[in-house]
Amino acid sequence: MQFLKNNMLADKSISEIARAFRDKEFSSEDLVKECLANIEKYNPQINAFITKIDKDIVLSEARQKDRQGFAGKSLLFGIPYVLKDSYVTRGIMTTAASNVLKNYLPQYDATVYCKLKETGAILLGKMNMDAWGHGGSSENTDFSPVHNPWDLTRVAGGSSGGPAAAIAARMCLFAIGEDTGGSIRNPAAWCNITGLKVSYGRVSRYGCIAYASSFDTVGPMAKSAEDCAIILETIAGHDMYDGTSSKNEVPRYSQKLATPIKNVTVGMPEEFFQKGLDREIKKAIETAVEKLQKLGVKSKVISLPMIEYGIPVYYLIGPSETSSNLARYDGIRYGETRSNFTGETMRRIMIGTYALSAGYYDAYYKKAQKARTLFIREYEKALNECDVILMPVNPTPPTKIGELINDPVQNLLADIYTVSQNPVGVPSLAIPCGFTKSGLPIGMQLVGKMFAEEKLLQVGYAYQQMNSWHNQKPKLTP
Amino acid sequence: MVLPFAQNDNTIMYINYESIIGLEIHVELKTKSKMFCGCYADWFGKSPNSNTCPVCLGLPGALPVTNKKAVEWCVLLGIALNCEIPEFSKFDRKNYFYPDLAKGYQISQYDKPFAINGSLEINTNQLINQSTNKPINATMKQLNNETMKKKIRIRRVHLEEDTGKLLHDVVGGKRVSLIDFNRSGVPLVEIVTEPDIRSSEEARIFLKKLYQIIRCIGISDADMEKGSLRIEPNISVRETSLRASVKQSLSAQTDIKIATSPSAPRNDTNDLPSYKVEVKNINSFSFTRKAIDFEIARHIDLLNHGETPIQETRGWDEKKGITYSQRSKEEAHDYRYFPEPDIPPIRWAESQISNFKLQIPELPNVKLARFMKDYQLSEYDAIILTDEKETAEYFEKTISLKDTPGVAGVQGFPGGGEIGIIPKTIANWIINKKADINKVSPEKLLKLIADQTQRSIIPDDELEKVIKKILLENPRAMADYKSGKENVLMFLLGQVMRGVKGKSNAEDIKQKLKLLLNLYPDV
Repeated sequence: MQFLKNNMLADKSISEIARAFRDKEFSSEDLVKECLANIEKYNPQINAFITKIDKDIVLSEARQKDRQGFAGKSLLFGIPYVLKDSYVTRGIMTTAASNVLKNYLPQYDATVYCKLKETGAILLGKMNMDAWGHGGSSENTDFSPVHNPWDLTRVAGGSSGGPAAAIAARMCLFAIGEDTGGSIRNPAAWCNITGLKVSYGRVSRYGCIAYASSFDTVGPMAKSAEDCAIILETIAGHDMYDGTSSKNEVPRYSQKLATPIKNVTVGMPEEFFQKGLDREIKKAIETAVEKLQKLGVKSKVISLPMIEYGIPVYYLIGPSETSSNLARYDGIRYGETRSNFTGETMRRIMIGTYALSAGYYDAYYKKAQKARTLFIREYEKALNECDVILMPVNPTPPTKIGELINDPVQNLLADIYTVSQNPVGVPSLAIPCGFTKSGLPIGMQLVGKMFAEEKLLQVGYAYQQMNSWHNQKPKLTP
Repeated sequence: MVLPFAQNDNTIMYINYESIIGLEIHVELKTKSKMFCGCYADWFGKSPNSNTCPVCLGLPGALPVTNKKAVEWCVLLGIALNCEIPEFSKFDRKNYFYPDLAKGYQISQYDKPFAINGSLEINTNQLINQSTNKPINATMKQLNNETMKKKIRIRRVHLEEDTGKLLHDVVGGKRVSLIDFNRSGVPLVEIVTEPDIRSSEEARIFLKKLYQIIRCIGISDADMEKGSLRIEPNISVRETSLRASVKQSLSAQTDIKIATSPSAPRNDTNDLPSYKVEVKNINSFSFTRKAIDFEIARHIDLLNHGETPIQETRGWDEKKGITYSQRSKEEAHDYRYFPEPDIPPIRWAESQISNFKLQIPELPNVKLARFMKDYQLSEYDAIILTDEKETAEYFEKTISLKDTPGVAGVQGFPGGGEIGIIPKTIANWIINKKADINKVSPEKLLKLIADQTQRSIIPDDELEKVIKKILLENPRAMADYKSGKENVLMFLLGQVMRGVKGKSNAEDIKQKLKLLLNLYPDV
């Protein structure tokens, strides 16, 4: 497979760009201009954006940053980024990709948006996704599906498909995604970028339009583990507006990336490398493990026998919570009626409503919660036997547009490797690890103990130091 | 109550009915901020929707953060109501649709409330004058008897958030419904009793006592006019187990009295009626009483006609004084409760709970017992003095000052205990409203008492001795008094006054005289 040259400013890492800003090699305005040009050229084919911030506003913001100078500033100062459209932004249309919130202008800012604004990052737009996070392909959207930059006939993954596609197409430097059952990791793997599902509570959810409150996590999406580390140390931490946000100290993730990873033990759950996994993906992951072993990493086979219940547990608790979270969109205050919910969303609302109803509660919701407790124990046990669990992200390469959305069951199964971490709460880093023969990206994920993002980022960083998968970009023509 | 029920076979069935009542009470806490956000909890009278934020408006992405004070106060109330405080507690979502419910669910508590299994003891034979709201008929005899105590069990005390308010109005000639979210998210404590209450009067006494406790621990103004205390009685009526069927002799109506003793009221709650009627959102004690009485009569009427009242929710029409049907059992909600994922569960350490216990001020019943013991007051006096927190505080403040030299401020009156302004005298002044405690300071009150009782300086038992002596010397006058000639009282009073050399006042002597006269047997 032939790769493109990394000849764009947006091909560079965040730390390289920050250095270049400081050294005045190029300006924030130059970088933003390049991103805007890419958006103009490629977004019509990819459809990553729901809302683009006005060009003039964005450029004047960049010029303002350039004038202010970069000395003593955050590495994210002057860096253009995007938000999944599930984050409320005051005065900027926020839809969660649903017509129910068509033209909705929030009155306040999500915490993660506030933090990035404060640090000087420049918001370019609000990104397409599966409506309310309901989906793994970014086809369940009222704003047309997102197309995969690596193959425009295929999906970008989801639900954070817009952010992943935009990074892959160099329309921005990074994105804030949201992961409830794989929504960061799945599109990251299918678009050949790096995405981190954080530990539950690591980043404030305030202002993130809820899908399933006990699963939802706010996390970074970027080209590399290094970039994710820089973003995470900016957005993580306790928030007085989110009672579930953790008071655990936020490590300086980016400072400790180069910590050697020899003696790290990587566990491979045997259940995940059996039936249902695409051969090329399996091969790519095995190769990645061999590479890691060269860095001194030990690998062992572990077992997560409960994991086959991941899908039922996820698809009972998630819809239960979403049926409640979406109740406020009752047609009274947000202008659009409930008939605007898509079929997939209505299905999840109905499943959740049933699972919580008298007479069904014990058999469904309650049982799922009990199974969730077993998952937690199982992951604890597994993560005592190894430091990091390594597994696939998707069972197949990106599917053709229309394939998943028209087959609800297949749609659910696309999440099989990513849904079990959210009920447990553990962090997981998805990183590129190769391509299929036909040139479609392959990803793998590293799962760690609660709040072990540091370790995951170290392993990811070490891997990316000796591989260039994550630096590859799709060939796009305007 | 016993109602005759005519049968066609010359017998009368006497069916004894018993009402079964449980109460649900909502109390708005007077915390500074709302339950889950920083808006003011004191919403009353603010211009519509001015006291709101993303959280209490339920805007997309907003999250609740628990108000610690509200949780502590809920636990305090639980402790004051003799509840167990479970170590583990959590919030749940109660899902239902109503336009005033911003999120489409209410954050409440379902199976793990902050407090469970408590009880509140009430005095059931405490008769209350409806117009003055004070105990009446407290004769000497009654006061010497112990009042009848009854325990009303408390099932649970939990915390939740209040809803917004709907206003139906005409704007620009169009009838519209408006929503005001100022009240949305105000902390609300719900107290649920077991169905241990047997009459509207018991319900009223219970509520009064609960009200006192809430005011005493200072967690709410419980101002019913502002809706900060709302009552929902659950009412049903059952026949008592024994049915009395009495052969009626055609002439002898006297047989009826047999029927009054068929069964003692049962305390068990195992055998509850198959239905209950909930009356929603009543905002006064007297309306609660009326609504309960209305329902009891309605149920008995239905039962007498061989019907069972249907299980339903009813509203209270305070203008007409009736209840009306709102929602039947078939339309009952399935609230789809599940644990609130946005709020971590609460686990108490034992030390936290014992700390809460230390924060409980002296509760009304404890205060009552202490007043009786420490100040040698009758239960009647103690009840009145402890009825309002302010009155009790005033009384004790006065007591604390009475022995302070100079406070009474009268020349030649040392203010010392030895000449005896006794607590009973202070109590009498307050109870008989000889002085308005809202206007007269405790110091001033003592001065007033001192002024009037300056001459009343012989001790009570001395006075009694003199009176007894005078009475024995004047058997004729005594006999006249007993036969109704009350004016001899003035003669006796004069005698006594002379006997104590003016060292007492006429009012005291008169009262004592009457009392002692009654002790002597009729001639």
